[in-house]
Amino acid sequence: MNELNEVRKPPVATTGIIGWLRINLFFNWTNSLITLFVIYCLYQFIPWILDWTIFSADFKYNYLGEQITNQEMCSRNLDPENGGACWAVIYVRFYQFIYGFYPKVEVWRVNLAYVMLAFALLPLLYAKLPYRKYFLYFTYIFPVIAYFLLNGGLGFTEVSTNKWGGLLVTLVLGCTGIALAFPIGIMLALGRRSKLPVISMMCTLFIEFIRGVPLITLLFFGMVMLPLFLPEGIDMDGLVRVLVAVTLFQSAYMAEVIRGGLQAIPPGQYEAAKSLGMSYWRMNLLIILPQAIRISIPPIVNTSIGLFKDTTLVIIVGILDLLGIGRGTLADTNWLGLSYEIYFFVSLVFFIFTFGMSRYSLYLEKKLKTGINMGAD
Amino acid sequence: MSEESIISLKNVNKWFGDFHVLQDVNLEVKKKERIVVCGPSGSGKSTMIRCINRLEEHQEGSIVVDGIELTGNLKNIDNVRKEVGMVFQQFNLFPHLSVKENITLAPIWVKKMPKAEAEELAMRQLEIVKIPEQANKYPGQLSGGQQQRVAIARSLAMNPNIMLFDEPTSALDPEMIKEVLDVMVDLANGGMTMIVVTHEMGFAKTVADRMVFMDEGKIVEEASPDKFFNNPESDRTKLFLSQILHQ
Repeated sequence: MNELNEVRKPPVATTGIIGWLRINLFFNWTNSLITLFVIYCLYQFIPWILDWTIFSADFKYNYLGEQITNQEMCSRNLDPENGGACWAVIYVRFYQFIYGFYPKVEVWRVNLAYVMLAFALLPLLYAKLPYRKYFLYFTYIFPVIAYFLLNGGLGFTEVSTNKWGGLLVTLVLGCTGIALAFPIGIMLALGRRSKLPVISMMCTLFIEFIRGVPLITLLFFGMVMLPLFLPEGIDMDGLVRVLVAVTLFQSAYMAEVIRGGLQAIPPGQYEAAKSLGMSYWRMNLLIILPQAIRISIPPIVNTSIGLFKDTTLVIIVGILDLLGIGRGTLADTNWLGLSYEIYFFVSLVFFIFTFGMSRYSLYLEKKLKTGINMGAD
Repeated sequence: MSEESIISLKNVNKWFGDFHVLQDVNLEVKKKERIVVCGPSGSGKSTMIRCINRLEEHQEGSIVVDGIELTGNLKNIDNVRKEVGMVFQQFNLFPHLSVKENITLAPIWVKKMPKAEAEELAMRQLEIVKIPEQANKYPGQLSGGQQQRVAIARSLAMNPNIMLFDEPTSALDPEMIKEVLDVMVDLANGGMTMIVVTHEMGFAKTVADRMVFMDEGKIVEEASPDKFFNNPESDRTKLFLSQILHQ
């Protein structure tokens, strides 16, 4: 035996960068071949896409140095051999993309709402935020503030929702839909599993009906049918009608996702809670739901991302969200034929939001897992 | 005699579907009495003690706990559950809460105890089960024996008059059984009314005031430990004991 009892290190070839390369990229000759092929494809694609989107692209001026005001002035239309993307269309129409037709004098209100939204999300994103409790209070009252800020009232001039558009509408629909559907979904999921047959049947019927109907149908339903159910003289705002439809749709999906989480909780958890004398609501709020929601984070984020993108369907009932503004711009003779640029931009904006949501869910999963060995028994 | 009974089961019947799991079960438990229930699996012993805190519903007969009859009345059920603590085979700790939070949760939310007081109580209970140093860990980080002791502390924190144990050591590694049994022996010596479903016959001999043997949903034999182990009446008990003590 070695007297020094040296610690034996793993072979060099399996650690560090070289080890990683060997194990992951050049493990055997097929693996190496695929690696080389992918590198070749990237080599062909990346310079081309960078050139088109950035190096040869027009942002505000074309290659002659003129400020672009319509599609004919784009470099790629003046000189098809040389030009890249013509981002000037986004530059010129930027206001509409972000605010729709919101009056310019009042636009500070939208900006303020955007900034406040960021502050409202902050305590949800960072658990270690100092004074998180007070930030959370703000998060709770934010929807009320945002309503008066955007819509008017309390001394603000009223801005009718048919002037709203672009990212504003996308965010209002997405955030409200997701935020409202979550508690409604929880209630529906608990209701569907209830031992009381009437409640369980009503929840099941609701979920199955909403889930069995395409969102577009629900949007038409909200637009056309909802006013019929309201008493005469009460006119419901168009955006609110759409919001009702979107929220109902999302809450049915959320209910099923959370029900899946509830089903994963072992019966022993219910029994332990009951044996400690907890009532139905305490048991669910303190023991069952925290665990069920934790399990359901990936599908909850999945359906939320799905809803965020599905809000684009409101174009069908005449509401112009981000994509709607994009399509409107394309119909303008000044900007005909710039569909690459516009769809690229719209996709990019959606991607930034949905990718952010997906990263946030990963962070949440990681954070909530620390020290918890669920399902070990 | 039935005046002093803290738990009284009279002609209790229960079915799971068509399966007659409890058949005319009669049992009287006096204050501070320690009962050990044993019997083959499927004999209804777990179901019987789960009826006592209404985790299972009996269909015929009456169950009275500390003067409160168990019926569909939710208020009565809540009151009985405040009197009766239960420890499970699978521990059933709440995995998303730390050990301390597991223990303080019910005192804070059910008994409306102030948080600081509940935490003090939790630490006292953890000292009783001899693991105060684990207070801030999560259940998943503990061994089975430690988890079961936390489960006992969690029940005790509600200050129950009666403790039910449903095979508390059956899911444990052999090395950890003793640490849990030691805690239970301490509890028994402290004068707690206990009903324990277990196959730990050593434990039964040390602490039981009375042995209850069940088979096929019936109480076959009820006797003092001395008589039960040395001179059982029924053949079924003899067979069971010969198999279980054979090891």
